[in-house]
Amino acid sequence: MNLQINQNQINETHELHLTGEVDAYTAPKLKEVMLPLTEKDGSVVVVDLSGIDYMDSTGLGIFVGALKSSKANNSSLKLRGMTDRVKRIFEITGLTEVMDIESGVKGEAL
Amino acid sequence: MTAKDALTERYQDLLSVYLKAKTETTLYKGQQFSRKLLEQQISPEDLVSLHIQVMDELFPDMSEEMRDSFDFLLEAMIGYGFAYREHQSLRDKQQQLESEIEVAASMQQTLLLSDVPDFDELDIGVVSVPAKKMNGDYYNFVKSGSSLSVAVADIIGKGIPAALCMSMIKYAMDSLPEEQMKPHLLLENLNRVVEQNVHSNMFITMFHGVYEPESHKFFYAGAGHEPGFIYNAKEDRFHDLIAKGLVLGVSRTTTYHPYERVIEIGDMVILLSDGVTECRTSKGFIEREEIVSLIRKYMDLPAQQIVQNVFQELDRLQGFELRDDFTLIILKRMV
Repeated sequence: MNLQINQNQINETHELHLTGEVDAYTAPKLKEVMLPLTEKDGSVVVVDLSGIDYMDSTGLGIFVGALKSSKANNSSLKLRGMTDRVKRIFEITGLTEVMDIESGVKGEAL
Repeated sequence: MTAKDALTERYQDLLSVYLKAKTETTLYKGQQFSRKLLEQQISPEDLVSLHIQVMDELFPDMSEEMRDSFDFLLEAMIGYGFAYREHQSLRDKQQQLESEIEVAASMQQTLLLSDVPDFDELDIGVVSVPAKKMNGDYYNFVKSGSSLSVAVADIIGKGIPAALCMSMIKYAMDSLPEEQMKPHLLLENLNRVVEQNVHSNMFITMFHGVYEPESHKFFYAGAGHEPGFIYNAKEDRFHDLIAKGLVLGVSRTTTYHPYERVIEIGDMVILLSDGVTECRTSKGFIEREEIVSLIRKYMDLPAQQIVQNVFQELDRLQGFELRDDFTLIILKRMV
């Protein structure tokens, strides 16, 4: 299974719309796109996950890395539109407490 | 006669038989012969040169153009020769790496081997199987005074980086003072070690629990680990063993919530790695309810047999192809 990343930029806001799976094979691709965006001071990175039906722990690691990078570089990272399966692993790992996550309903409507 | 002479002779025989009769059988023999050539590490240009030699002997009156064309072919084969030798040397290197990984894997086994302790009150069963050669799951039992501590951790990623990270966890845990046997404090300590020492994309999930036989209390805390289960014998029901907390390695100041519950006779504490719930079959993922029903199916057996039977059934459901490291631990209170 593949990962498709669509990018959209309005001023300082970078939107990433992901479709497919984020796993050990596709995670490097996501990192390559997302990490540089979080390294820009003041940028807002919004990641729409409504097209992701599976994410493994390696994929989760990319978001952890991006979160750390956004804190270090004064940018912000927002996630939205999680499917239940993806939401579950963010909840179990406690990451929902430390990440900016919009409710799934709103994300899916967008 | 040298091996090469023997090959030349055999090639000459086959070729002359073929040129006379042109049978399929001889062609097929030629094909089989090419395996022999590979075994003897004959390179492509060596074979062309062998062909020239044989043709010279079979046809001393070969036309000059024909003879020259072979020389030309020989030159044109040189590139394939390089590719062949490169392939050989990569194969050698790969074999060398594989044997190094074997050594590392067996070292890891020795380092991390945690004996399942004899504990009067508890019947303990453990199965921990790596998906690849090295295991990214970690479990550990320590008897401290009259109490028993149990830890299960999952390092994200698989293979060697995960295994190296796990060795760090082991040594960090071994070096914590004994009064730190309170699960939530142990996780706070480990979190600081992990946060300072892992790559920003890595994290570790961990569950830590301590069973105190005097009070029959199980104290526990979790750092983003897949919830286990508690089997309540009186109710004959399984409950999720929820222990909320952030994974290790994300934020240095994370604190963990202490949980405790009383374990009655016949109750079971079931701990697992997410390899258990992330089992993918042809029909999709294994749901937690399916794990529970598998445990229920075997729960009258001794703990070690329960975990082994559950593992075997899940392994079979996945077509005997483990995609993630798999760890399942059961503690059953006997008396």
